[in-house]
Amino acid sequence: MPDWIIRIEGLGKRYRVSDVRERNRYVTLREAAVDWLKQLFLPSRAAMEDFWALRDVSFDVAQGETVAIIGRNGAGKSTLLRILSRITEPTEGRVRLKGRVSSLLEVGTGFHPELTGRENIYLNGTILGMTKQEIDRKFDAIVAFSGVEKFVDTPVKRFSSGMQVRLAFAVAAHLEPEILIVDEVLAVGDAAFQKKCLGKMQDVAAEGRTVLFVSHDLAAVEKLCSRAILLEAGRSVADGPTSRTVAQYQSNLLQVAASDLTARHDRQGEGFARFTGIQLFDEDGREQSVFLSGKPLRIRLHYRAGAPLMNSRVSVSVNGWGKVYFLASTELHSHEALNLAPEGFIDCVVDQLPLSLGAYYLSPYLEVNGIMQDWIESASILQVEDGNFYGTGKDYPMGWEGKTVLVKHRWEVPRQPDRGVPDCHAAGRVNG
Amino acid sequence: MDELVIEPGRVESQYWKDVWRYRQLFYFLAWRDLLVRYKQTVIGVAWAVLRPLLTMIVFTVVFGKIAKLPTEGNAPYAILVYAAMLPWQFFATSVTESSNSLILNANLVSKIYFPRLIVPAGSVITSLVDFLISFTILVGIMAWYRYWPDWRVMFLPLFIALACAAAIGVGLWLCALNVEYRDFRYVVPFIAQFGLYVSPVGFSSSVIPPKWRLLYSLNPMVGVIDGFRWALLRGQAPMYWAGLLASAAVTAALCLSGTGYFRKMERTFADVI
Repeated sequence: MPDWIIRIEGLGKRYRVSDVRERNRYVTLREAAVDWLKQLFLPSRAAMEDFWALRDVSFDVAQGETVAIIGRNGAGKSTLLRILSRITEPTEGRVRLKGRVSSLLEVGTGFHPELTGRENIYLNGTILGMTKQEIDRKFDAIVAFSGVEKFVDTPVKRFSSGMQVRLAFAVAAHLEPEILIVDEVLAVGDAAFQKKCLGKMQDVAAEGRTVLFVSHDLAAVEKLCSRAILLEAGRSVADGPTSRTVAQYQSNLLQVAASDLTARHDRQGEGFARFTGIQLFDEDGREQSVFLSGKPLRIRLHYRAGAPLMNSRVSVSVNGWGKVYFLASTELHSHEALNLAPEGFIDCVVDQLPLSLGAYYLSPYLEVNGIMQDWIESASILQVEDGNFYGTGKDYPMGWEGKTVLVKHRWEVPRQPDRGVPDCHAAGRVNG
Repeated sequence: MDELVIEPGRVESQYWKDVWRYRQLFYFLAWRDLLVRYKQTVIGVAWAVLRPLLTMIVFTVVFGKIAKLPTEGNAPYAILVYAAMLPWQFFATSVTESSNSLILNANLVSKIYFPRLIVPAGSVITSLVDFLISFTILVGIMAWYRYWPDWRVMFLPLFIALACAAAIGVGLWLCALNVEYRDFRYVVPFIAQFGLYVSPVGFSSSVIPPKWRLLYSLNPMVGVIDGFRWALLRGQAPMYWAGLLASAAVTAALCLSGTGYFRKMERTFADVI
């Protein structure tokens, strides 16, 4: 018996750039015909470009290991998962799996609202790869786990969403796969469901099964996984103990954020309009790289589009390791439709920077008529030094730097009843 | 323990093995579609009965009574029409359903692996159940006219199989095109509508001039419908063998090319859908 359960050798997946476009938008026959005619009469158009979503990825996973796959959007994490679950074929390389693979990203796949709980258990189970005999055998256990015994013959559409999730999860939990893949997609569920999923992952790992965990949530990754693999632009750039890989990921993020935005390919959206750069200015209009808590910050988002942008929405979120600190969005600021020139910039001004000591990322987002045009995660870095947000010279208690946003507030202490203490001239004047 | 290998072209080489391995899914998807169909609407069953029945009545009146087209031998015109309406309705429903099937099951296709061929093929099976229900009406009509088929009816399953093959062939083509080009779905109802009038549903194929008959038989449904009439009308609709062969050949070509095209497109479905 070899010591691996997953062996990945030189795995690669190539998309044509046109394929990538198709993933975002459907092609109609009419467009295809027009394209074809154009090609016929204007054959000068650029040929299709290749894009490697994954390239030369190799690693082994031993039985019972819990391995995290981390990396930015577009680094190839989901492509890797799609290959492992056989939804899409690799272009080169090979994967060998010794055992059944199932993934929690499939929770509830194929549930039909008109069918009863019982019917859905069979349907979902079959879809996930169980045989009818297996479901017969596990049926009672699944129903008991889900806690919907009384409603098992009721159409699922009458279930609350919580019940549906429980039932779906119960089916997935009884798959007993040798290899479990957990995608961060599960983050769509509520907190309790996420906790349940994470708990299930720990159980699965404790039983000596193998878990592949894909997530942005570095805290969860560090908690659950002993080993992490970092993907960057389709390649595996680090593989080792979680703490070391996570540290490298963080330092790489810093480098990436400093680079030119036009060179960034890990962006999402239609691309009709694109961000081209971000500048940060202080209150005197000087470009800076380090800012003080409580001082004004002007974020200038440069963009370029082919035509004027009508009815658009621009936002920028400020995030740190795996969490968003705050989001500034144009529609929160004004009710009027935002129309922008084809090229230029838009400024977001924060009067008092509510962040404490640390490094943060800015992720700009642009949509036109409700369609996402561009979204770049961690497009730019924002370094913050201690300032004087509260006017007391102290912005946070010891050990809280970078962990919370700063909010203007005050404390009110109820007036002390007069207990007849003779010398109390200082008390009661604090709130004065 | 089984070892699963994923590499380029692997799915290709194991395709039919996988189709066999996933046969239970095939069964469950058809089962789901049937359950949903007959649960959602009280007239679920009635629908399978009413549609061909009403069309048959209209066609009998228009073509038989008003246009006074000839029937075959002494067969009642209603039976002549219904014997054609059955396979046509089956064909039209299966083609429509299977062309939409992958889009409707997009959440399955983009999340888990299984041979995609199962989805459109499953729709044909679902339509076959509708067909069987509609078939009971034929028995009723025949009882009404006291007109019973002879030994030739034993060949009917053969023509049902031919209808299935034609439906799968056309269904696979349309299904793959539908995923590739989303506006293709507007073409499908047109094909179904158009086909009803170019196929010999409302009239007997013997009204087609002999020199055009072979060309006419290139429509795969012509062979199926002629076969149904031959089997059900005591041979009073004489079999035009060259035409049947032509239809069968076209059907075979459609099936092969449809499967080929579908499998070629299949590899990119999950990326496109």
